[in-house]
Amino acid sequence: MSAVAETTARSAEKYRVTRSRRNVAWTGLGALAVVVVLALFPYIVYSGTTAIMVQGLIVLTLASMWNLLAGYAGLVSVGQQAFLGLGAYFVLIPAMHGLSPFTALPIAAIGAGVAAVPLWWLISRLRSGYFAIATWVLASTIMLFIERFPSIGGGTGMPLPGFSGFDPVLLAADTYWAALAVAVLAMAAVYLLLRSRLGLVLTAIRDDEIAARSSGARVGLARMLVFVVAAVGCGAAGGILAIDQLQVQPGGAGGVFSVQWTAEMAFAVIIGGLGTIEGPILGTIVYMVLQQTLQSYNAWYLIILGLVAIAVALFARRGLWGLIDERLHVRLFPVGYYLWAPGETRRRNGRGSPAGPVGPGGERGNKPVSRRARRRLD
Amino acid sequence: MAWVNAIIQGILTGGLYALFACGLSLMFGVMKVVNLAHGDLAVVAGYIGVGIIASTHMPFLWSVPVVVVIMAALGYALQRTMLQTALSRGELTTLIVTFGLSIVIENGLLQFFTANTRGIGVGSSLVSSSFKIGSQIQIGWLLVVVFALALVVLLSLQYFLSASKYGRLIRAVADDREAAQLSGADYRHVFGIAAAVAFGTVALAGVAYGMTTVIQPTTGTDTILLFAFAAVVIGGLGSLWGTLLGGIVLGVAQQIGAQINISYEVLAGYVVFLAVLVLRPQGLTARRSQS
Repeated sequence: MSAVAETTARSAEKYRVTRSRRNVAWTGLGALAVVVVLALFPYIVYSGTTAIMVQGLIVLTLASMWNLLAGYAGLVSVGQQAFLGLGAYFVLIPAMHGLSPFTALPIAAIGAGVAAVPLWWLISRLRSGYFAIATWVLASTIMLFIERFPSIGGGTGMPLPGFSGFDPVLLAADTYWAALAVAVLAMAAVYLLLRSRLGLVLTAIRDDEIAARSSGARVGLARMLVFVVAAVGCGAAGGILAIDQLQVQPGGAGGVFSVQWTAEMAFAVIIGGLGTIEGPILGTIVYMVLQQTLQSYNAWYLIILGLVAIAVALFARRGLWGLIDERLHVRLFPVGYYLWAPGETRRRNGRGSPAGPVGPGGERGNKPVSRRARRRLD
Repeated sequence: MAWVNAIIQGILTGGLYALFACGLSLMFGVMKVVNLAHGDLAVVAGYIGVGIIASTHMPFLWSVPVVVVIMAALGYALQRTMLQTALSRGELTTLIVTFGLSIVIENGLLQFFTANTRGIGVGSSLVSSSFKIGSQIQIGWLLVVVFALALVVLLSLQYFLSASKYGRLIRAVADDREAAQLSGADYRHVFGIAAAVAFGTVALAGVAYGMTTVIQPTTGTDTILLFAFAAVVIGGLGSLWGTLLGGIVLGVAQQIGAQINISYEVLAGYVVFLAVLVLRPQGLTARRSQS
């Protein structure tokens, strides 16, 4: 027993906890450089390219949000199109009253977030699978409700006003910048959220919900926060979608309330890597490549995407990023913690630290270490 | 009088919704699988029915058992392969896989059969014939037949689960998989049987829906899955007769909504669903509250 006490005492002195094995400053600078280059795109490439990239950025925003829901909070929602649609309408309605659609974007984001609170109260009574279908029913209900109002386009939708007299080139560039800003903000929000206390609570819930509950983690509140944040992100993406399409159409194929949107975001996340911040980026790239290659074959890209997602979910659960991570042991956005043994230094053969990553980005199975790490951090 | 008519129509339509719901309920009760592809599989059954009648000129009544057997075999195969693998990976994977399946089936049907609507030709005067009560209430025989079919399916499901050998096995595995396994029951096979039975009811639901109105690729999720789910929640999870009650409540709500304004039909059903979720989340029939 004394040996154990001694080790614990010693560990308190010499174990160190860091966010990453490598210095993250370089990743931060790299990310900043990528964002700057992307921001310069309207000056460099043809407007056709930025138009395609707007679609990609919308899907990236949506995918980050779905990843936060399913990958970190265990909430499988197949009704995120509800918030996408609400976001689109929260841009359309102020625009009809004379507000610039770009100025209405924050209204879209906040409006969708506010709407998420009562909706969460309604459906949080249902568990996992039934929760999933309930979100779908909600999305349907909201669509049917909005279609009752002919003044905002009824069932057929209406064009987005507020852009008459806009230079099309400038509008395309503005749309692109807005989409980029929303996507970067969404990813930064997810990253910071997971590094905060909430990220720790979510990991605790994922590892053992009952244990988390009994040690005082407010499970319901954490999940509600994630649901609201995801609604804010999807609402902003919906606003961008309305500006990009210059119209809002509720139902049907390509409508803002189409389940196709949730399918796209979910498949992108699953293929890229569920429960990693890098996954949605990779998944969105795969999605865009498939969509652009097969765009003349109608819905085939969605069928292939779905089949790949099923295969990945069954046989390579951690997705593309998981495969990369297994070989290279890199994490661009560290949200977990590394525990360093006494005397260990940063560059130890470039291979894993003794404990491996723990926390929101890490894997299960390091429970003793992660508990110790958590105790030290509290 | 129009209101009485709406209520009667609603009750009869409720039978159809209960038929939609019992497969969903069974798969969840036994395997804890929430099958998001449920509705699309029913539509597939409907298309198989249309295809069989068109290609072999088989009489409608003979085509029904053929569709049921095909779907049951598909259910067993799907459970033993894809769903079993997904189950062993966890609940999240099961949801992702069935959602993927739903999207793939729906878009596949759109690609191969276009968005055109199709109806199943019953080939008799049953479709159009109706009988009258009094001067204003008119009831189509077809709806009565579908309601009776739903009752027969629910009764046989009840009998199957409580009295037959496989039904007992299914209940045993659902209660305690390990204990059943120790007593010599191969739970994978039993799950397969349960999926086959569930898919059989899904086939009947798809064919019945194709008979009463028309089907198109988007029917699976827009109508069948969401209505089935609403019926299950309204009635109370895990109760067959609750599901029938849930279906009837949903049907009546929709018909009353349609009576006010035809465009309120679906919305009225969902409003009742949400009201039940708020006021009685355990459902109308459940005795103890669900945690």
